[in-house]
Amino acid sequence: MSPVLFNLLLQSIWETVLMTLASGVISFVAGLPLALILVATDRDGIAENLVINRALGWVINGFRSVPFIILLVALIPLTRLLVGTSLGTAAAIVPLAIAAAPYYARVAEVSLREVDPGLIEAARAMGGNRWTIVREVLVPEALPGIVAGFTVTLVTLVGASAMAGAIGAGGLGDLAIRYGYQRFETGVMIAVVAVLIILVSGIQWLGDRLVARLDHRA
Amino acid sequence: MTGRNVNSQPSATAFSAVDSAAGAPDTPVVALSGVSRSFGPTRALDDLSLTVQRGEILGIIGRSGAGKSTLIRCLNGLERPDSGRIEIEGRNIVGLSESELQPIRRKIGMIFQHFNLMSAKTVVDNVALPLKIAGWAKAERRARALELLDLVGLSDKAGSYPAALSGGQKQRVGIARALSARPALLLSDEATSALDPETTRAILTLLKDINRKLGVTVVLITHEMEVVRTIGDRVVVLEAGRVVEEGEVWHVFSDPKTELTQSLLSGVRPQLPAHIASRLSQDGQEVVLGVDLTDPALGNGLFAEILAHLPEAHFLHGGIDHIHDQPVARFFLTVPREPASLADEAAAYLRSINARVEVLGHVSRPV
Repeated sequence: MSPVLFNLLLQSIWETVLMTLASGVISFVAGLPLALILVATDRDGIAENLVINRALGWVINGFRSVPFIILLVALIPLTRLLVGTSLGTAAAIVPLAIAAAPYYARVAEVSLREVDPGLIEAARAMGGNRWTIVREVLVPEALPGIVAGFTVTLVTLVGASAMAGAIGAGGLGDLAIRYGYQRFETGVMIAVVAVLIILVSGIQWLGDRLVARLDHRA
Repeated sequence: MTGRNVNSQPSATAFSAVDSAAGAPDTPVVALSGVSRSFGPTRALDDLSLTVQRGEILGIIGRSGAGKSTLIRCLNGLERPDSGRIEIEGRNIVGLSESELQPIRRKIGMIFQHFNLMSAKTVVDNVALPLKIAGWAKAERRARALELLDLVGLSDKAGSYPAALSGGQKQRVGIARALSARPALLLSDEATSALDPETTRAILTLLKDINRKLGVTVVLITHEMEVVRTIGDRVVVLEAGRVVEEGEVWHVFSDPKTELTQSLLSGVRPQLPAHIASRLSQDGQEVVLGVDLTDPALGNGLFAEILAHLPEAHFLHGGIDHIHDQPVARFFLTVPREPASLADEAAAYLRSINARVEVLGHVSRPV
């Protein structure tokens, strides 16, 4: 591989890591509250409100049912509004985060629902309010699942960020298509795949380590 | 005060550090009147009234589905009745909002069948959680939590997570947690049902100690008569959401009025052995008598006196049990059928000393 291509590879790795982390953090910050609202407002939840629950469920399902490649194009006006351009790595973060937040909300929702209702009852019996239940019971008890779900979301984002190359986002996917596929640079293709494997394995390993450290259930 | 200092204090100090008595001494801690609660067509509580006196241990017993869980959850507002009044320390809590109930719940401890400890918190943080909710400063709640762990004998487990504890240890943590905010009332929801018999006894002993030393009023629900027998002062028998029998434990044990109570008691009172019961018939040369007797003198030679007084009788089964300090005797005798006067005289003698005598039937020899 030429030094030029090697530099391109390094730059692409950086772009992919940036897109993944930035959209990952945004989807975590947006998705976890959404998951808490879904669980809290559901029937027999700590803040039962079926109107909000159903409405939010519909919106989340709506975003999740649009294929990412379509979302990417459909969100161009919004991206322009927020970032000033629809091209490049920063611009790709907007559709990536908007696709990943509802996904992560559903993943985190599953973990939150698995919290033993007896623990919520215990907190209520102690005189705790809703906020206490969220802070002292729901989030800490579901934390291993919340972190494991975030790991899954990050790995999914690595893959999705490659697709964002279609709107000129750069990154490893873009590199693989333009050099590896269209210019028959097999070395580039192999290098990209190898880097992606390392990246995904690294994220998964870190996530698993963190979950093991957080999980005191058994 | 540092945590270490508190930790090294003897338990007696931990006890004296608790002042649970609140309100006038003559106000019942809990007074329910006309409480009903339905779930669809099922009446879980049906016009139920009862009071809990300060400092007592009240056992509420019934089969599953009798309304016990609904009842105990009504006492701290986790469950809302459809109608009736529930007074805690003289204040009606029916109709209060969730935020109005919260300060009341902070003064009522609760322990659970499945312990309900936070798996993500260490033992000391679990015990300190009610104090955190009540707004205590960090150092103080830790000191208080360590004090409580000392009280339940788990000081060495303060930094462990609940998953590392045995069932009995988990319930001790549950008890420490329930007591940390100095409640006047402790609710126990089948607290020993998930424990083995030996651990059950240890936990019940601890509850009784806490009741006696701290003066905490205890309401416990259970389906096991043994639990009530071991620590209850009074017992309420619940069936289909109604109180069918209530009274002091020794009294209900010595003289159960309803069939339900008798059946609930069958495991803890002497029963006619099955191989004899199956042979009971109209004919047979021996009359089988069942005798119930409560008399303080039972512990003082009365039992021997009874047997000496009935030289013709054969002692079949049973004996004296002590419920609190009250000796309660239940036993079975056979008396020869002929001459007929023998059985009558024996029964008359037993009734003259205030025993309840029941002719259960006849069996043939050898018994």
